[in-house]
Amino acid sequence: MIYLGGWEEIGFGLFRALQLIFSGDPEVLRITLISLRVSGTATLLGAAIGIPVGASIALRRFPARTLLISVINTLMGLPPVVVGLFLYLMLSNFGPMGFLRLLYTPEAMVLAQLVLVAPITAGVTLSAVSNVDARLKEMAVSLGADPLQEVRIILREARLGLLTAVIVGFGSAISEVGAIMMVGGNLLGYTRALTTAIVLLTNQGAFTEAIALGIILLGLAFAINILLTYLQLRTKAGLFAAETERHHPVT
Amino acid sequence: MALRNASLSVNKGEILAIIGPSGAGKTTLLRLVNLLIQPTSGLILFNDVNTSGDDKHQRSLRRQMSLVLQYPALFDTTVFNNVALGLKIRGCPETVIKEKVDNMLAVVGLSGFEKRMVKTLSGGEAQRIALARALVTEPKLLLLDEPTSNLDPKNVSIIEDIVRAANTKSQVTVVLATHNLNQAKRLAQRVAFILDGEIVEEGASKEIFEQPKDERTATYVDGRMIY
Ligand SMILES: Nc1ncnc2c1ncn2[C@@H]1O[C@H](COP(=O)(O)OP(=O)(O)OP(=O)(O)O)[C@@H](O)[C@H]1O
Ligand SMILES: [Mg+2]
Repeated sequence: MIYLGGWEEIGFGLFRALQLIFSGDPEVLRITLISLRVSGTATLLGAAIGIPVGASIALRRFPARTLLISVINTLMGLPPVVVGLFLYLMLSNFGPMGFLRLLYTPEAMVLAQLVLVAPITAGVTLSAVSNVDARLKEMAVSLGADPLQEVRIILREARLGLLTAVIVGFGSAISEVGAIMMVGGNLLGYTRALTTAIVLLTNQGAFTEAIALGIILLGLAFAINILLTYLQLRTKAGLFAAETERHHPVT
Repeated sequence: MALRNASLSVNKGEILAIIGPSGAGKTTLLRLVNLLIQPTSGLILFNDVNTSGDDKHQRSLRRQMSLVLQYPALFDTTVFNNVALGLKIRGCPETVIKEKVDNMLAVVGLSGFEKRMVKTLSGGEAQRIALARALVTEPKLLLLDEPTSNLDPKNVSIIEDIVRAANTKSQVTVVLATHNLNQAKRLAQRVAFILDGEIVEEGASKEIFEQPKDERTATYVDGRMIY
């Protein structure tokens, strides 16, 4: 047999990926669902924290604001293994949060990814909201908006950037391995996600299967991006219209 | 200090033009009146009501005015949503909003543009939408900050006609800041000349343009002032 280098594995991996997807391999399905559930939850929680935090910093002036921005920018680049190590120490039996019995659970994985995702979502939100034209911000006030209405109008103006914040958050969660490996433990059927499975398979020399999972991971990220972008485009005009129903008049 | 000694009044139902060279303080004056910035000292009265006070007080006064800038400052959504925004903010019922927006689009000659995204509008159309957004809330006071300086003559005259009609039909009081002396002559009954943050002279349009009392006003309206 002629040795083709890595290309051979990649070729077989592609084939194997299609095989695994279309045969509905239960183990792959379970691993994929764990990844989706953990990273999806971390992304949503990250957005629930990151968007309000990022927007508040962008819209308010307060002491230590610059310092806070620097902190967020630094946290955006947190190395996952460091987060994993820190949470491992916190959550382990002898750690301060050991009583929660979270180590090696999917919840611990969500927590780890949340720590990674929230600053990223906050940072991208911060820049998106800051970039809304100052004249538009003033126009919202001039039109009579109260502070809450003003924030809504500005966030709607920044909606593409907010979507980017969520997408980037999800991308970093689903592709992350170091943190969930340490606090999740890579237990089959419980805490084994796509990325941790890939690492394991690679260590075992099962390159074809590893590549197959890699392709599923990539496809998944792509599909979610398409979905979010589609939703975004569809609601583009609808968002302002939806405001009327939820509207509360202020005297 | 962008403005000093800026004592000025506008009478109900009139069009007052504020003329003066770039950097004189016209925009600052309009932003003060719109309560977007607060004076470091002095007093602004609106309908004999002192405008200083808490946010709520200022917001209720601000909701009786509208501002149009040189740049349309439209939100990235449809024409309808832009024109409707001030009404939505005021908690107007949806059916009323629909009717008022329809009428207003007819007034600015853009009926049928409801669903268009504002990004697709020409400069003149965008500015007419900005004017529609300002007028649809039926303000008592309309503040115009060089509303036509980026437009072609046709759109300039359309906008001037709409402003004049709003003033005569609905008795909207108008304060117009402009570089364009001819526009001030065409629209305003009274004119104030502002220079370096000071109101040099105010009076009937005819007086300011034909018999200015202050030498600086004379130089400016003759086009002899170099700035
Ligand atoms: N936020 C601000 N802080 C400090 N100075 C300001 C601020 N805004 C405006 N100024 C200054 O106040 C002066 C008046 O500005 P303003 O924008 O009111 O002039 P203007 O008459 O509208 O000029 P133009 O015709 O060019 O629009 C200028 O010297 C400007 O630099
Ligand atoms: Mg100006």
